[in-house]
Amino acid sequence: MRMLGRTAQNLFWLSRYVERAENMARLLEVGYRMSLTSRREGGASEHLVSMMQAAEVDEGFAEKHDVADVDTVAHYMMFDPDNPNSVYSCLMAARTNARSVRTAITTDMWESMNEAWLEYSQIRPRDVRGAKLLELLQWVKQRSHEFRGALLGTILRDDGFSFLQMGNFVERADNTARILDMKYYVLLPRATLVGGDLDIQQWTLILRAASAHRAYRHVYHDRYKAHNIADFLMLRPEMPRSLVYCARFVQQNMDTLTTLYGRKEACHEVAQGMVDMVANTDMDAIFAHGLHEFLTEFIARNNRVTDALSESYNFY
Amino acid sequence: MGDTTPFDEMYNPDGSVREPYRALAGWLSEQPDKALGLMQADAEAIFRRLGITFAVYGSDEGTEKVIPFDVIPRIIAAQEWRKLSKGIEQRVKALNAFLYDVYHRQEILRAGRVPEKLILNNAAFCPQMMGLEPAKGVYAHIIGVDLVRVGADGYYVLEDNLRTPSGVSYMLEDREAMMILAPDLFQRSKVAPVENYPENLRRTLESVAPVNSRGTPVIAVLTPGIYNSAYFEHSFLADQMGAQLCEGHDLFVDGGKVYMRTTTGPERVDVVYRRIDDDYLDPLTFRPDSMLGVPGIFDAYRAGNVTLVNAPGTGIADDKAVYTYVPEIIEFYLGEKSLLQNVPTYNCTDQDEREWVLENIADLVVKEVHGSGGYGMMVGPTATEEMHEEFKRKILARPDNYIVQPTLALSTCPTHINGDVAPRHVDLRPYVLVGDEVRITPGGLTRVALKQGSLVVNSSQGGGTKDTWVLED
Repeated sequence: MRMLGRTAQNLFWLSRYVERAENMARLLEVGYRMSLTSRREGGASEHLVSMMQAAEVDEGFAEKHDVADVDTVAHYMMFDPDNPNSVYSCLMAARTNARSVRTAITTDMWESMNEAWLEYSQIRPRDVRGAKLLELLQWVKQRSHEFRGALLGTILRDDGFSFLQMGNFVERADNTARILDMKYYVLLPRATLVGGDLDIQQWTLILRAASAHRAYRHVYHDRYKAHNIADFLMLRPEMPRSLVYCARFVQQNMDTLTTLYGRKEACHEVAQGMVDMVANTDMDAIFAHGLHEFLTEFIARNNRVTDALSESYNFY
Repeated sequence: MGDTTPFDEMYNPDGSVREPYRALAGWLSEQPDKALGLMQADAEAIFRRLGITFAVYGSDEGTEKVIPFDVIPRIIAAQEWRKLSKGIEQRVKALNAFLYDVYHRQEILRAGRVPEKLILNNAAFCPQMMGLEPAKGVYAHIIGVDLVRVGADGYYVLEDNLRTPSGVSYMLEDREAMMILAPDLFQRSKVAPVENYPENLRRTLESVAPVNSRGTPVIAVLTPGIYNSAYFEHSFLADQMGAQLCEGHDLFVDGGKVYMRTTTGPERVDVVYRRIDDDYLDPLTFRPDSMLGVPGIFDAYRAGNVTLVNAPGTGIADDKAVYTYVPEIIEFYLGEKSLLQNVPTYNCTDQDEREWVLENIADLVVKEVHGSGGYGMMVGPTATEEMHEEFKRKILARPDNYIVQPTLALSTCPTHINGDVAPRHVDLRPYVLVGDEVRITPGGLTRVALKQGSLVVNSSQGGGTKDTWVLED
């Protein structure tokens, strides 16, 4: 039985929203930890705001709140239904998509998604403070892992699987680029060979946000260096959150669809463009081009992949 | 009737247990304190986790409720069921014959057995269906017959549901839940399976595919979408049948044929099991403001390129005013006496009957002819005096808009209520499939009025459901 274009779209966005909920939790965790480490007056607030800029929710936040402190920011990022990217909104959107395609996902996936939503929607925001906040952020990540586990363990390897995987990795590529962009200036090469304590602290947090602080040691056998960190999160093919890994993964799933459907669609070229951008380059070239400019361009290309997919496979 | 003591499904008047309930009685007596309460909580958790919920109209958007499930099953003996299913089969055959006639030569009107005015001036009559030849001559493929029991041998048909009857997923999930909750009870009883309903539904739908369709027919379930109160059921049935679950905009008509929009382009659809009302089915033929339907699908149907299940216009046969003529209809087409009884119904357009009704309104049930779901009705004995007066005025203003029936003493079945077991009123909706043959699932959905003394079993009005067992010999 062939798949409805709408079903493909719902599957794609189901995965995207689960990944986004997880990434919002990751971003908030970095912002929160950075704000705790800031000793400067107003520094905590700056960290939180730059985190929200990376998540592109800073303007919406400013419309509702005058002060960016841990409480207001955490509430906006976690629970505010007016924030379309809050964990609350993401989980609700993911579940709505799952509900629309119940016939195309497995019972295990549905139950994982449905339970996550039912539990999360019953949390009272005022109960979530301090240590409880970190606990809840961890819970969000775990629920995302659980959903992915149910997906990988139970779903048929047909076209639906490819759409789910592409949604997941398009979103992840977007998020990794945003995490890097948030503090791109601490990653820039500079005159001093060794970063100061503050830099090291921020690098650690960036790596943590990508669950990469320990893997870094395995790959580089070296202390933290800005150049390596950027390389790790952008260009290392074995790093499952790196830009190149995500871009290739999306492309591979498109290839699977090509084989399955016996037809190559226009979206392939767009995906190829994104892969080329990160596969045939090195950090020196990227720094020369401008890190921020490069990341901005990558995010834009990644968005074009979604548009092209919608076009090629009749999302509507 | 007139006797106000309701029939008890489980106990004889002398307090002894009726035969079909023996195993259950033994099992109940062995349950430790609070066991039923725990089971009840487990059931609720199972239903919520599976997302077996319905949306409540008029409450916040997205509010999803679980229909209360009662852990004590309702049990029907094998020989009782055989009688019932014969009556049901007779009824659905006659109603389909009636529909064919009404939309063709209208012999029954010419013969004066059913008043012409009642049919042709009826809002449920669909003139667009005149002369159309549905596959296998079947109009109502999926039917729910609402029955109530008033005595050891007395079942009455309360109404026929020939449009898009819902609730069958509860029949299936109630059984599933019951087997999880009380596997030991099943070991002691021989219960006829209900699990093959989806397979039978698929066979029924395939059997009525257009004659010109090739290969295995492609089946789509057409749903109004995730905010519809029965969305769970739509997705459940599509899933169980391996059919495509579509919303209106997933389908389109081109050159008189129906297609769905897939990732690789259009794919032809042969059978549409639509869970959208007639009015919303096709904005080009019916309500032009409908956003839910598929423009042009009715013309594709008329051209014989797709089968709509159920056919549009079946409402003329389950209209409450037509209901009173069903025994007549059975005799006319089948030459048989009706095996199932109708509830006696008073006709308010007749002056004598109307006067009697107005005098005795406190003892009667008044239903709006086109109402459903327990809305627009009044149960005399439990209604206030103001309501009696209000309905008297309504009847006087539009006597043809209401039917009036005696208040039936619906049978009761033991039900778990806050840790206790107490009798509550129940009805029964068996599900019937009509295609190349008539297939009736043993049992059906038992709805139970959870409020003490209440006779309204609708889920929208505080009703719950029970697993329904038909015992095998």
